[in-house]
Amino acid sequence: MSVAAEGRAARVTFGGAMLAVMRKDLALEWRTREIFSATVVFAALVLLTINFSFDPGQRAVEQMASGILWVAFVFAGMLGLGRSFVAERENACLDALALSPADPGAIFVGKAAANLIFLAVTEAIVLPLFAVLFNFPLGRAFPGLVLPLALGSVGFVGAGTLFAAISTQTRMREVMLPLLLLPVSIPVLIASVRITGTALAGRAVSESLPWIGLLVLCDALFLVAGTLLFGHLLED
Amino acid sequence: MSVTAADTSAESTAVRARGLRKAFGAQVALDGVDLDLPAGTFLTLVGPNGAGKTTLLRMLAGLSRPSGGELRVLGAVPGPAAAALRARVGLVSHEPQLYADLSADENLRFFAALYGLPDPDARIDASLARVELRARRGDPVRTFSRGMTQRLAIARALLHAPSLLLFDEPTTGLDDRAVGILVDLLAELHDGSRTLILTTHRLDVGLRVADRVAVQARGRIVHEAKAKAIDPAAFAGLYASLTEGHA
Repeated sequence: MSVAAEGRAARVTFGGAMLAVMRKDLALEWRTREIFSATVVFAALVLLTINFSFDPGQRAVEQMASGILWVAFVFAGMLGLGRSFVAERENACLDALALSPADPGAIFVGKAAANLIFLAVTEAIVLPLFAVLFNFPLGRAFPGLVLPLALGSVGFVGAGTLFAAISTQTRMREVMLPLLLLPVSIPVLIASVRITGTALAGRAVSESLPWIGLLVLCDALFLVAGTLLFGHLLED
Repeated sequence: MSVTAADTSAESTAVRARGLRKAFGAQVALDGVDLDLPAGTFLTLVGPNGAGKTTLLRMLAGLSRPSGGELRVLGAVPGPAAAALRARVGLVSHEPQLYADLSADENLRFFAALYGLPDPDARIDASLARVELRARRGDPVRTFSRGMTQRLAIARALLHAPSLLLFDEPTTGLDDRAVGILVDLLAELHDGSRTLILTTHRLDVGLRVADRVAVQARGRIVHEAKAKAIDPAAFAGLYASLTEGHA
């Protein structure tokens, strides 16, 4: 009867479990569109609020553009991260994930991958909206934006998925997520704003190599920490 | 509570607990649980609210870490590292552990992938047939009645053919007809090929399906007996005295 005696080890691979979780989250979002509609509308409102509040001139926009963009991404992203665990909390689905033989790290990476896709879609919609609202020509700068947006989003989503999992098990979950996530994300945000600023100014992002190094380090740190710690978060 | 000395080897014992403790801060949920459960047995665990039944089941499933004592389930120590053990344990609780916005089929397909099960189509078909939900396989779980949702939760728990199946208050919120269907299903599952543990407030349900009945109070198992040897009327008095003063 012992596990070893029967030799019937779990057959699910890390990649298989990760893909299953990611596909499930995408299917749920396709069905409900809760995260997508909330993040896109929220990001658009952030841009509109800044635009109407400050009425910045062209020179000011050029100086503030990367900061404005990341403020919109971060606040909209936090909304999405918080929602990504609502379906897991409902009906105690998080217990079902913890009960499965899948590596908890694979569950974490699967959820983070889905969150990354949601944030990337939001960014893809927010960027042209920003260009229109602030009369900012993004066309030439766009290729240079891909790297800082990708690296910054991975770090933010890596930390965010981990802290969303922690905060979803607390009573004040809506308050806890920003309180936990924002201070930890500061290095990611500073580096992302700096590299994005370089790209928007039309300069080569290679000028920001130290910031790129910091961002890669943060991304690796948050992803490894999430993969290793997620299993312990699922236990009482 | 020990059954017989011969049953306590790892090969024939599904659950072995010694002095199992669990505390949430100052609140003690389990206070020295001893349990030997032979493989293939059906145990019903009854007790008042707060007796620690759910905590014990969550510990057996590997969802809760003991604060003290020893626990072996199917010969292994439960926990995040025990993937092979988790592949052999199923849990049905009063919460269905299903995604309300996915269909029955999508839910089972997701869990089949998460368990790395071969031939998921055939397994899903068989599981849905067993709980009589094949006709509703494409419908979102949100549209199911409480009884149907609970049957689908059982189908999910059966998908990987677990050797140990845990039921935590599965009759909560069910009407008498749905309870009847569930009891028939539990009786059908008790075929000796798996070990079953059921926690319930309804002694009538427990006595109908189980081999053994245990009473849990104040975080301990305070009484255990063979189900056939129990006279329901006399047991009610015994139960009241055993659980008297339970906070």
